[in-house]
Amino acid sequence: MSPLLSARGWGWRWNARRAHAVQGLDLEVEAGERVLLLGASGAGKSTLLAGAAGLLDGGPDGTGEAEGQLLLDGVPAHEARQLAVAAGAGRARTGLLLQDPQAQTVLARVGDDVAFGLENHAVPAERIWPRVDAALDDVGLRLPRDHPTSRLSGGQRQRLALAGVLALQPRLLLLDEPTAMLDPEGAAALRDVVAERLAATGAGLLLVEHRVDLWVDLVDRVVVLAPGGGVLADGPVGRVLAERGDELAAAGVWLPGRAAVPAGRVRPRPPGGAGEVLLSLEGVAVGRRGSGAPVLTGVDAEVRAGSFTALRGVNGAGKSTLALAVAGLVPPVSGRVRAHPALVGGLAARRRRRPWGSPPPADDPAGWAPRDLVSRVGSVFQDPRHQFVAQTVADELAVGPRRLGLVGEQVDLRVAELLERLRLDRLARANPFTLSGGEQRRLSVATALATRPRVLVLDEPTFGQDARTWAELVDLLAGLCDTGTAVVAATHDVDLCDALAGATWWVGDGRLRTEVPVSAP
Amino acid sequence: MSTGLLDPGAVRPTVLARANPVAKLAVSTLLAVVLLLSVDVVTAGTAVALELLALPLVGLGVRGLLRRSAVLLLAAVPVSVLTVLVGVDSGAVLLEAGPLSVSTGSLESGAAVGLRVVAIALPGVVLLATTDPTDLGDALAQVLRISPRFVLAALAAFRVVDVLAEEWQQLGLARRARGLGGDGLLAGVRDVAGRVFVLLVIAVRRAAVLATAMEARGFGAGERRGADRTWARPSRLRASDVLVVAGGALLAATATAAGVAAGTWQLLLT
Repeated sequence: MSPLLSARGWGWRWNARRAHAVQGLDLEVEAGERVLLLGASGAGKSTLLAGAAGLLDGGPDGTGEAEGQLLLDGVPAHEARQLAVAAGAGRARTGLLLQDPQAQTVLARVGDDVAFGLENHAVPAERIWPRVDAALDDVGLRLPRDHPTSRLSGGQRQRLALAGVLALQPRLLLLDEPTAMLDPEGAAALRDVVAERLAATGAGLLLVEHRVDLWVDLVDRVVVLAPGGGVLADGPVGRVLAERGDELAAAGVWLPGRAAVPAGRVRPRPPGGAGEVLLSLEGVAVGRRGSGAPVLTGVDAEVRAGSFTALRGVNGAGKSTLALAVAGLVPPVSGRVRAHPALVGGLAARRRRRPWGSPPPADDPAGWAPRDLVSRVGSVFQDPRHQFVAQTVADELAVGPRRLGLVGEQVDLRVAELLERLRLDRLARANPFTLSGGEQRRLSVATALATRPRVLVLDEPTFGQDARTWAELVDLLAGLCDTGTAVVAATHDVDLCDALAGATWWVGDGRLRTEVPVSAP
Repeated sequence: MSTGLLDPGAVRPTVLARANPVAKLAVSTLLAVVLLLSVDVVTAGTAVALELLALPLVGLGVRGLLRRSAVLLLAAVPVSVLTVLVGVDSGAVLLEAGPLSVSTGSLESGAAVGLRVVAIALPGVVLLATTDPTDLGDALAQVLRISPRFVLAALAAFRVVDVLAEEWQQLGLARRARGLGGDGLLAGVRDVAGRVFVLLVIAVRRAAVLATAMEARGFGAGERRGADRTWARPSRLRASDVLVVAGGALLAATATAAGVAAGTWQLLLT
């Protein structure tokens, strides 16, 4: 029997790129086989998935240039896609699920979105809806067909996209970092659904994912792609991970049973004791943006110098909104966030101007002018791209110091120091939008540090990061706490909390509960 | 959406509300064309009156209608006032202040212009309020045979706009977090330009991912082989849709007849 997927000396070069994304690849995947695809970023993993999905057409109007062969059941992959559509049975050979849940929803209603692929495959209308209902049921989305897709959580959206893929009964599932943008519960739920569906349908799996620990029980073969092209290692999971473990860990792959915690200064930060109070929350209520209805009320807490506070709770409980209030970006609905003298310092009268009424009190961070805010409280958003305002990495780092009124050498000094500390020096002239996910995360943290704030507020700083970036971030944050910076992080990351959190703020049922681990001194 | 124009809201499923979107579109277009022929109080006024009488058939309450059409009504008022003040005078001059003057003639044309805006806008508001964009897309592709590629791309783009509104807010907060803003109007304008640029970059990346996801599910693959895609939600014209269009035509004819009978109707081009 010929293999389901077979690459023979296959390569692909995108138009307008000089280097090949993939080159000289020889790989065979049998029907029903479950393969985990690893390799450094830039090794062409996503390109291989796109190729297998039949999306790379090397023809005259194509998006790039192909070499060698990439066959599905002996037919070139991009022709196989067209043949499947032309057959009108609604059966695709492959089904592709991508990383970003937000960017994959096609239509406004849940049922319509699942039906989309079946319509494209020219399935008669009366046979579409039973398959839509079955697919929604298979992924555990028990919602009415007309439920608006805009009201789904990230995890639900990803399962919706999976339903759209599964409705076409693919024989090979292609998953491109499907859980990188999901919280731990959402990621586990998606993994379970995939496991259950693979068992039920006997479909094969070609998975790109750096959270190996999450998926390892599901796959039976690991293929490591070499950055220059070709295959570095190929074999049963246990053997490849044992033989190549160190190399993979160094490349940032999350491996089972291997803690990514860096040695040295990592330990939970005591919440009280040493540090002085910088910020206190007094009867704070925060509301959903837009409607303003409070989601969290009666919050009393304080942030001390040198402490690490983890802000935890389920999605939608108000974690991010509370973080915005602590960061002085959005005023609370009621109550107040008060900056203490240690944080306010010598704040001049230059406050956020108001055309009416009296100026806000000097101890209200939400009332500070932006430049006064950034030298006191720094913020790191979940999506680093939201924070980028300059054309190069170096300029990006210079924005903050310039806003503080620094000039010339003083600015250069701070920029140079941060470039080196966060391993960005080689990228100083690169455009921030062209960086990899890990590099963008490091840059967004560096921009917040450039103004040397005493409080740093982060929203899901470790989301989707590889093991290496994760360890670097943890080490960096530990170092900040040691020098007296207070860190507040809204996070789902249990490992991060275990590594650093001295205090935990649990958010749920509209309340905040403060918890200090017993082990903390 | 803060304009309230696109609020789904509760709409009673009457015959008119459930009519094929293409029929509703035809009525709106027909009324707009007929009303554009002449600017006169009687024709526009009759049209507005008849449209208001037809409202119960649409399933929209007065309050729901007001909420959705507030923006358009607000546009009609300044247009009227401006016409009253600077429009061509005729008849008795009632008030004069420099270049501004009010005469019976300009008052009449002001009222006509304002009523016309309302008469043309109302069917549009009703169309938007009672029609889901997906259903409109289905109807455009299946009834009017507009290219599915175009219709679906527009629908997908429509959904992305939702997401971008959220991104826009995030970008505003993120810029404050970077220390930007608070330096007056000029810097503010530059700041907005920066936000727009980043939003565009994000939108383009999103669109590229969405296109990949759509193609992976077979979108556009059938075209080269002449295969048609099917539609899970069949959209076709029924007898009731013909009635709706006929009703719209009757409304337009009645309004015009009233204008002609009153002697105010005058073809704009002559």
